Amino acid sequence: MTTTYKVMPGPEHFLPPSASSMGIRLPDPGQAHIHGAIVSEEEAMEQAAREFLAAKVPTVFPGPLVLWAWNEKAAKKAKAVRHLYETIKECVDPKLQQAMLIPMPDYRPKYPKINPEIEINPNHPNLTIWHNKIDACMFVGVHCHQANLSLKIIRGGTSCYTVAMCAQAGHEDAMLSFRDATAEKIGRLADWVKKLKGTVPPPE
Amino acid sequence: MSKERIKIAEELYDIMPAEYQDLVKRATYGNEQRGWKDIGNAKELIEEHSLCAGCPESMAFRYILASLPNPEDTVMVGSTGCTSLVFPHVAVHNIHSLFGNQNAIASGLKRALSVRFPDRVKDVVVLAGDGATVDIGLDMTLQAWFRQEKFTTICFDNELYANTGGQESGLMQKGFVAKMAPVGKSFEKVRLPEIARESGCHYVVNCTVSKPNLVEKVIKNAINVAREIGPTYLQMYTPCILEIGKNSMEGLQEMRDSEKPSERFAYKEFVSEPAKELLAEMAAKEKERKAEAKRQLASQTVAVG
Repeated sequence: MTTTYKVMPGPEHFLPPSASSMGIRLPDPGQAHIHGAIVSEEEAMEQAAREFLAAKVPTVFPGPLVLWAWNEKAAKKAKAVRHLYETIKECVDPKLQQAMLIPMPDYRPKYPKINPEIEINPNHPNLTIWHNKIDACMFVGVHCHQANLSLKIIRGGTSCYTVAMCAQAGHEDAMLSFRDATAEKIGRLADWVKKLKGTVPPPE
Repeated sequence: MSKERIKIAEELYDIMPAEYQDLVKRATYGNEQRGWKDIGNAKELIEEHSLCAGCPESMAFRYILASLPNPEDTVMVGSTGCTSLVFPHVAVHNIHSLFGNQNAIASGLKRALSVRFPDRVKDVVVLAGDGATVDIGLDMTLQAWFRQEKFTTICFDNELYANTGGQESGLMQKGFVAKMAPVGKSFEKVRLPEIARESGCHYVVNCTVSKPNLVEKVIKNAINVAREIGPTYLQMYTPCILEIGKNSMEGLQEMRDSEKPSERFAYKEFVSEPAKELLAEMAAKEKERKAEAKRQLASQTVAVG
């Protein structure tokens, strides 16, 4: 199936269509996608690193699968996520850019209030994006169904660029998605950020 | 079983909101002696709730959560109503079922947990309102009891459909006039505790939640009996102060008035013979544990002296 649909930063509209219903397909192992087009993983690594370096508020959103030390693998990923955040922070211009690391500890709807400064919730992720003026973000360690929900809400109501570092088959609803995430893969992304430091024009 | 099961990844500990750090450090998971007296001292499994100010259901929720003997291995099954507004704030696994389906869901869940975790005690507790338990879900409620499913059913009885504006329910008292039941109820309150007894429940209590000590005792008894023997049922009066025309501070008095000896929520308890034996055995063990603790304390005091 071919499609002309592209998964682009929004705001698309209140209820954006799911990207899969528009013909976007998931990458095979070793691949990734950018705006719905299948690319090599390295190409996506470079693009994701560029997006982080060009953003005013590049943000990593770790979810429950890495925030909680379920097992050794999760703890390793948490370490890699921290390293990625520290690398982004180190590589951006502190006068113009502010890297953030905001957790999604669980998925329960936090009504009547959420503190968008310190956490993100999949049922209203737009509140955290709006409050912190986040323009590029990456989800990691979020269960797929909750990530899909968040990614659609973000695409629908914000102009934030979304990256998914998925441990399963990837996410059509992200603007850029990796699959089969490991600590090593997250580390490679950090390496790309380091490599491209100073080559990407900072935001205006 | 303990807090060891919930650890925050070391590298990301500092970014976790304080409520999660507190939950890991100061919650009562793994403490076999936990009870309602931990409320206010330890991190509570429900900190904020989204119910009306002064709602007796919120008190009941706190007492019940504080009294679960095994919260880290408990799954609560709820149904649509005011209770379902609270479950998102509760730090215990929970499932929201379709209205009235709660006992059917709990049956499957309990069986699946027994297969999946044969060496671990997993408690299932149904918590639903009177509409879900007695009217729309009566079939599922009774069938679970007939089948001797090993879980506890708790009914928050507010004697009407409060969440939808005050319609008549089976547990409403005869003659009561509600906002959406203007001619008054024409038949008697359904006697579900008696039906529960006849349907095979091994521990049945009808009470209010005005006394936290009592709530703790019946919750622990009901869950322990359900775990070892068979179905148990608790019917607790949690009046909807809005729907019966009371103010926020009048919920407690309403419960006290309704539990007087001649009133409909006078304490009633039924315990089957096997359940009596189990509870007696557990009480003896508890007595022995306390005596042992006392002996140890005395020996430590002597050593220090």
